[in-house]
Amino acid sequence: MGKVSPRPFNAFLEEHRSPVLAFLRAMVGPVDADDCFQETFMSALRSYETLDGGNPRAWVMTIARNKAIDHHRATGRRPVPKGDELPDVPAPRAPEPDSGLWSEVAALPDRQREALGLRFAADLRYREIAHAMNTTEEAARQSVHEGLKNLRRRIEREGG
Amino acid sequence: MSETEDIERLLRADLRRGGGSEALARRFAEYAAGSGEADVAFATVDTPVGTTSVATTERGIVSVGLPNHPLDDFVERLASEISPRVVEAPGRLDQARRELEEYFSGERKRFDLALDWAIVPGGFYRKVLEATARLDYGEVMTYGEVAMSAGNPRAHRAAGTALGANPLPIVVPCHRVVRSGGRDPGNYGGGRELKQWLLDLESADLDLDKI
Repeated sequence: MGKVSPRPFNAFLEEHRSPVLAFLRAMVGPVDADDCFQETFMSALRSYETLDGGNPRAWVMTIARNKAIDHHRATGRRPVPKGDELPDVPAPRAPEPDSGLWSEVAALPDRQREALGLRFAADLRYREIAHAMNTTEEAARQSVHEGLKNLRRRIEREGG
Repeated sequence: MSETEDIERLLRADLRRGGGSEALARRFAEYAAGSGEADVAFATVDTPVGTTSVATTERGIVSVGLPNHPLDDFVERLASEISPRVVEAPGRLDQARRELEEYFSGERKRFDLALDWAIVPGGFYRKVLEATARLDYGEVMTYGEVAMSAGNPRAHRAAGTALGANPLPIVVPCHRVVRSGGRDPGNYGGGRELKQWLLDLESADLDLDKI
């Protein structure tokens, strides 16, 4: 007693569960996101004291990003084909109200996909994205920008 | 970046429909508690006098909340006095929840739960609570008597302080320690009315047993 204690883990879990799952779904797809979610919070629990006053959202997203990368390495494949080439078979569409944009995000180059996930799924600031991606704020901003432009190009080509 | 505003909006909107993280978080919490990766698990229990809470470590029940005590305070205390690795895992507390429910409905007279005395202070405080733990259902003792059982008959005030700091109320039945003489049962963390309610619950049951 007497020392400043970190927040109870259950409050941390409650606060970050939604954005972490959204981010992981964007990175590895809805099925594998469940496993990555468990792994992310297990790592967070084990190393909880290393958070130590830091930014909890950026910290947990850094872990989630690493789990997504590990997952891609372990499965040896990406959720969708690389680069600009479109799949022969249209990607399965989510139920009606979903625009299906995130399955397009999954086809973007790694840095752009991660940057978009951290920006729009995890809702991080550029400074936090830079931290999670181990890069500069300017490079993070650039990746988001490029990702959005790429995404627009893909939609327009598909729609036209 | 206005040219991509519509895309940004769609990206955010799609995720709001996702949902499902609550069930995953619950599954995580139960696993973390069951595997011992989390140091403390807690759950809430509904009683006739309000919602209460109960927490366990690997060794046993470490803390019981009083009905209507704020849950946030209960969890903060677990985090600061035991470990911040606290999760809400009702499955891990099945037996404790069931026994508390049975107690509050008058069906249970003794708890069969392993206890963890980790946040009970040592010395005289601990002796007071150990003496209190030996009190049977419906049996009462005065502050002076419990001080005597703890080895210091003159320390009835300190006995009161020790009981006030009891992290395991109900299970270590500090409500069974009352003021001598008079109708006032004495102080209680959950309020005098609650203390009287618990004493009435236990005496009503005893009366029924005599019939």
